[in-house]
Amino acid sequence: MRARPRFFAAASLAAFALVATACGTTASNPQTSTSAAASVATKEGGAITIRGCAPQNPLIGSMTGEVCGGNVIDWTSAKLVRYNPDDAKPMMDIAESIKTDDSQTFTVSIKKGYKFSDGTEVKAKNFVEAWNIAAYGPNGHEGGYFFEAIEGYDDTQCPANDKCATKPKTDKLAGLVVKDDYTFTIKTTTPTSNLPVRLGYSAFVPQPDTYLANPAAEAFGKVPVAAGPYKVTANTATEIVMEKNAAYSGAYKGKVDKITYRIYNDPTAAFTDVLANNIDFTDVIPADQLADDAWRKAVGQDRTSIREAGVIEVLTFSPTDDQLKSNIPLRKAISQAIDRPTITKVIYNGTRTPATGWVSPVVDGYKADQCGDSCKYDKAKAKAAYDAAGGYKGTFTLTVNQDGGHKPWADAVCNGLKNDLGMDCVVQITPKFADLLNKAKAGELKGAFRNGWQMDYPSIENFLTPIYAKGAGSNYSKYDNADFEKKLKDAAAAKDLTEANKLYQEAEAFLGRDFPTAPMWYRTQPAAWSNKVTNVKINAFGVLDVTAISVK
Amino acid sequence: MGTYIVRRLLQMIPVVIGATFLIFFLVYAVPGEPWEGRCGERECSDAYIAKFKQDYHLDEPLLVQYGLYLARLVRGDLGVNFYGNAVSTELLTRYPTSIKLALIALTVTVVIGISAGVLAGVRKGSFLDSLVIVSTLVVISIPVFVIGSMAQFGVLKLNLNNVIPVTASEGTLQQLILPGFVLGSLSVAYAARLTRTNLVENLRADFVRTAKAKGLTPARVMGVHALRNSLIPVITFLGYDFGGLMGGAIVTERIFNINGVGGFIFRSINQLDGVSVVGAVSVLVLIYLVVNLVVDVMYGVLDPRISHD
Repeated sequence: MRARPRFFAAASLAAFALVATACGTTASNPQTSTSAAASVATKEGGAITIRGCAPQNPLIGSMTGEVCGGNVIDWTSAKLVRYNPDDAKPMMDIAESIKTDDSQTFTVSIKKGYKFSDGTEVKAKNFVEAWNIAAYGPNGHEGGYFFEAIEGYDDTQCPANDKCATKPKTDKLAGLVVKDDYTFTIKTTTPTSNLPVRLGYSAFVPQPDTYLANPAAEAFGKVPVAAGPYKVTANTATEIVMEKNAAYSGAYKGKVDKITYRIYNDPTAAFTDVLANNIDFTDVIPADQLADDAWRKAVGQDRTSIREAGVIEVLTFSPTDDQLKSNIPLRKAISQAIDRPTITKVIYNGTRTPATGWVSPVVDGYKADQCGDSCKYDKAKAKAAYDAAGGYKGTFTLTVNQDGGHKPWADAVCNGLKNDLGMDCVVQITPKFADLLNKAKAGELKGAFRNGWQMDYPSIENFLTPIYAKGAGSNYSKYDNADFEKKLKDAAAAKDLTEANKLYQEAEAFLGRDFPTAPMWYRTQPAAWSNKVTNVKINAFGVLDVTAISVK
Repeated sequence: MGTYIVRRLLQMIPVVIGATFLIFFLVYAVPGEPWEGRCGERECSDAYIAKFKQDYHLDEPLLVQYGLYLARLVRGDLGVNFYGNAVSTELLTRYPTSIKLALIALTVTVVIGISAGVLAGVRKGSFLDSLVIVSTLVVISIPVFVIGSMAQFGVLKLNLNNVIPVTASEGTLQQLILPGFVLGSLSVAYAARLTRTNLVENLRADFVRTAKAKGLTPARVMGVHALRNSLIPVITFLGYDFGGLMGGAIVTERIFNINGVGGFIFRSINQLDGVSVVGAVSVLVLIYLVVNLVVDVMYGVLDPRISHD
C-alpha cells in the first residue's frame, strides 16, 4: 500500500533523530558533585560549588587581566607575597625576605622546600624565567607591562608600530639575576619603593619547569601547575574544578577539599541557585534584587555581606573640551553639584560608597577627604561657583558605556546638573566599554565620560601612577603636571613605605587642586551564600577568601 | 520517496556552504575587535594584540580567511575559537542540551496545545472554547523571562526544587522539565489555535459527514479522519518552531543557566568570536534543513494525496 513507505521514512527519520540525541546525551553529561555531598559536619574537608564566569585567557598569571580567570589563579597560585584578606597588607609567602637599601636593588630570598602541585620545588629560576617569558613582547602576555619597572624592560619590547616584524634585542630582563637556587635580585630602572607590595599580583607567579620548557602548551593553560593551596583538576566549558593541593607547603591552607567553579552567564541564575542552596556562593547580585535590599531579605541577613573593594569610578573631564580644559573652578563646581549620597542610595542601594578622594579606602596609604568640598553636595555653593566660573555654554555631554548598566546613574547626574546648575546636559551611550575608551583616546568625546579603575595591588601608588602620570596607559584626562611627576618620583625613591605613602598622599593633593577627574564612588562587593557553608569572607580585592570558607 | 529524500539531502550541502559564506562575511563586517574586553578595565597591550592577530590570521584579507576556514571545514574541523577551545567540542556539549530542551518544549506544546485545540474545536462556541482562547492568549502575552522567573520562585516557595530543579546547569532531563515547560508555553497558543481553526473547518467537511454516516465511532471520526487533515498546518508550525526553540531560547537559557546553543551564539556574537558563530550557526542551518525535510515527509504520511517524486 502506498502509505507504508512514507510511514517507514518518517519513522526512520524520527528514530534517527532520537538516537542521535541519546548518543549525544551519554557523552555530554559529566557527573559533577553537587554541594549535596557536603553533608559532613566537620570544619575541614567537604566540597563547595561557587558562581564563576568564563576565563578569557589561559590560566597563566601573566596572561590574565580579567576577574574570571584571575579568581581561579588567585586560589591556585602562590607568589612571593600574599595580601592579608582583611587589610590587604602584604605578607611573606614564598619569599623569606625582600631586602633593599636603596629601593632600587632588591634581594629576594625564597623559602626552601616550597613545592609546586606536581611535586617539583620552587626555585629562584622558576621566578626569573617565568617573568622573562611574561615580559617578552612577542609573547603577547597581557600582564607584561607589570615588569616595566624592571631594568632592561625596554629591550624586551618590539619597536613601536612595527607589529613585531623585528624581534626585540633580548628575551631576558637585565634587572633579574639568579644568585643561587633560593636567591635572586631585582633591579629597577628608577627607585621604586613599593615594589615589594606589587609582587603579590598574579603577573608575578613562578612557573614550574614543565611550563618553562614549553610555554605555549595549551594543556597547561587549561590545567596549570602552580604552588597555591588548591590546584585545577578539571577545566571544561561549564565548570572548573579545584582540589586541595597535596604538595602545598605554605601557611595559608584552605579548609574545603574541593571547589567547583561553575560558570554562569547570568547573575540571576546564580542568585536563584544560592536561594535554592544549589550552589554555595555568589558575588554578583542581579540589579533588580538590590532595590530595598531585597536580596538580603530573600537570602537572610546572616548569609549576606557587603565589603568595600579596591575599585573607584570617576568622571573624567575631556581634555579636548575647550570650556573645561583650563577652567578648574568650573570642573569643581560641576562635581560639587553631583548628589553622590542620594544616587548611591537610590540607584545602587548601598553597593557603592560616595568617594571622598582618588584612592580606594582599602589600600595602604589611603587618606580620607582629599577631594574636600568639591565632592560634597552643596546646591547653593555649586551654583554660585558655577556662575562665577562662567558656566558651561552649549550642551554638556556625559558619556557612559551601555554594557555596565551605567545609564541610570548617568541620567540622575545629568538631571541633577540640569536642575541645580541650569546646565543643558545630555547622556550619550556607547555600546561597549571598549568603544568608550577608543573614542576617548581619539579625542572625540566632549564634556565628561566615565572611567573606572580596579587596583592591581593594594597601594595608593596604583591609583595615581597608571592614571595620572604623564603618558600613562590609562591617563584619559591627559593630566600633565611637572610637580606631580616629581612628587611621584620622590615617593618612589623613598626609603620606606611610610615615607612613600606620605609623599603619595601629597601627590594626591595635587589632584585635589587641579581636578582632572571628579571622583564619584567606590564599589563595594556584595556576597550571598547558602546554608551549607560558614565563615565566608571576601578579601580586599573582592574575591572569596578560600582559606576561610568551610562547610558547616 | 527514497530518491526524494536523497535529493533533498544532497540539496542541503550547497545551502549550508552558502550560509557559512554569508555568516562569515556578516560576522567579520561587524565593527569592533575581538580582543576588546579580554584585558579587564584597561586596554590590551600592543604585544597582546599583535600575537592575537597572528594566531588567528586576522591580518589576512577576508577571502583568504574564508578560504582557510573552508579548507578546515571540508575536513570536518570547525576551527578553534578565540578562547583556545575547539568549536566542535563546544558545540558537542551544547547541542544535545538544546535539542533535549527543544524536544521537551515541543512535547509540551504538542500535548497541551493540540489537546486544548481539539477541545476548543469540538465544543466550538462554548465556555470551554472561550476559556482556551483567552488563557492561551494570556500566556503568550506574558514575556518569557517573567514566566520563567515566576516559575522559579513558585517552585522555590512550594519547596519543590528537589523534584523540579530551578536551574539546569548540568542539562539533565529532570533539570530541563521546568525550562521546557516555560519555553513550550510560548507556542501553546499558536498550536491550539491552529488546531482549533482547522479542526472546525474539517468537521464540516463532506468526508467527515460520510464517516459519521458510515457509522464510525466519534473517536475514530475525530482521531483518524478529521484530526489527520487538521494537523498539516500545525506540523508546519511545529517544524519552524523547533528551529526557533533550538537557536532562539536565549532568555530561557540565561534564566535557567542552561548551557545551550542560543546563549553560546549570543555570547560569541557579543565577544566578536567569529569562528564560534559561523560554526554554531552553520550547524543550526543544517538542523533547520533536516527538520524541514522531516516535516515534508510527514505531510505525505498525514495526507496520502500528497506525493513526493
